[in-house]
Amino acid sequence: MTAATPAEQAPVALEVHNVHKWYGAHRVLDGIDLTVRPGEVTVVIGPSGSGKSTLLRVINHLEKPEIGHVSVGGELIGVRRSGKRLKELSERAILAQRGRIGFVFQNFNLFPHLTVLDNVAAAPVATGRLTRSAAQELARDLLARVGLGDRTGAYPRQLSGGQQQRVAIARALALRPGIILFDEPTSALDPELVGEVLAVIRDLATSGTTLVIVTHEIGFAREVADRIVFVDGGRIVEQGPPADVLDHPRHERTRDFLSKVL
Amino acid sequence: MTEPPGGAVSVTAPPPADTSSKPLSAQRVVPLRRPGRWIVTAVVLVVVAQIAHGLATNPFYQWDRFRYWFLRPTILDGLLITLQVTALSAVLGLLGGILLALGRLSGSPVLRAVSWTYTWLFRSVPLIVVLIFLYNFSALYRTVSLGVPFGPALVTFDESRLATDLAVAVVGLSLNEAAYASEVVRGGILSVDQGQHEAAAALGLPKGYQFTRIVFPQALRSITPNYVNQLIGLIKGTSLVFYVSLLDLFGSVQAMGSTYPGDIVPLLLVATVWYLILTSAVSVAQFYVERYFARGATRTLPPTPVQRARSGLAELRARLRREAAV
Repeated sequence: MTAATPAEQAPVALEVHNVHKWYGAHRVLDGIDLTVRPGEVTVVIGPSGSGKSTLLRVINHLEKPEIGHVSVGGELIGVRRSGKRLKELSERAILAQRGRIGFVFQNFNLFPHLTVLDNVAAAPVATGRLTRSAAQELARDLLARVGLGDRTGAYPRQLSGGQQQRVAIARALALRPGIILFDEPTSALDPELVGEVLAVIRDLATSGTTLVIVTHEIGFAREVADRIVFVDGGRIVEQGPPADVLDHPRHERTRDFLSKVL
Repeated sequence: MTEPPGGAVSVTAPPPADTSSKPLSAQRVVPLRRPGRWIVTAVVLVVVAQIAHGLATNPFYQWDRFRYWFLRPTILDGLLITLQVTALSAVLGLLGGILLALGRLSGSPVLRAVSWTYTWLFRSVPLIVVLIFLYNFSALYRTVSLGVPFGPALVTFDESRLATDLAVAVVGLSLNEAAYASEVVRGGILSVDQGQHEAAAALGLPKGYQFTRIVFPQALRSITPNYVNQLIGLIKGTSLVFYVSLLDLFGSVQAMGSTYPGDIVPLLLVATVWYLILTSAVSVAQFYVERYFARGATRTLPPTPVQRARSGLAELRARLRREAAV
């Protein structure tokens, strides 16, 4: 790989600019601005229904923002500039862009009819990046990295929730994304399985991968985050280092939320 | 109450030691006896035996004539036609059904409307009407041409040559089958969890790959039993092609029956047994197809009959050993 891919040159890994999103008459995102530098770990917290998950889904264009735009590694996502306007990209182009953005779901969403190995190897093969054997080799490496090197032949439903989520992380890593988005990765897990998933994410965080994590695990947020973003009512109420936002929140709403979850 | 104060205690006290030499904890639990079930079973067995006896001995069925007709070339020719028509219509109908289902689920209102109208039309018109309509098609249209509407034709078929009896039967059955199959396929696609679509989209998998490798294989799990139902209906539905002068299994039986009126009952039995064999073969295939698509959906695959027999034997042996030990 050459050193000068756009993602590495650009000073920002992710830029969310003035994003508004409605579901019918309900405004879910109300002017979100967010900048994430390469290698930064950003943790988004906030009450349920505050728009945290929608924000993540707008970043990889699973949801289209009505106003505003998102760019990853300096490249606009889902749209292109045409004169002074933004025009929607073709479905094929959007799919190609999504390959550069990893996404880990709350409910894992592994493909139940494929083995663990094929779940991880599918995307690099389907997008034409790797041959089948190269993809399987990569999948074996990644599964070993998340501690599941011995379960490559199993089907997802034969695994525990924590194991499934680790497979999902390996699957996201298989496309070598510049940024990985985690949508409440431990919320569907039994309490004793949370630790193993957080350990894998912690490992990614310390290895310099750019991460945006939506979570309710405040303790984990404090530990891995370079920056905490508190979202409420579709707006970013405040953001900053964990020591500031979690220990000395400036806003009443942040204090109120933290008093409930801490 | 006349019971002494100590009565309640005596209920929970251990039984006298002389009823058994073994302690209570070591004794086998005797399963509940169900005499009612035994009586009903006996009655049903008697009825079944009577029916079997009647089938075998009643001269009305003329089993010797059945044996004569069962493998006659004329019957087997008809069977071959039935198989051909069924296989072609099943494949074409399923392909048409998949296209119609994709149309129904597409973002285009025109495709949705066309697909809905097609399904509405062909589910409303009886199959026999469709078949006879097609049979008389050549009278309505001399030639079939593909081209721009109201414009020049690109390809032209001579209807009279195209419309062989087999083609009429296959086209008619496929048109009808596609309408039903589209709803079966659509139901299957809708049964796949939304998260699967999202995960496939989030990974940037190409659209065609998403459908053929992720969504459709999972949809097939619920499509299979419903489509096999359709398929069995189709096998029997092929008997209608007799009315467009195609001699399928039923047609051959009917034709032979009018030539040999005395043999009509054994001939109908011949058709019945062959249809039974066909649907049984489909049911066996269904089991293995379902088992194949159950990979990953269940933690363990359902056992095949051989596996079930083997594990049943092992269980019985273990039980006998256990009981001998107690």
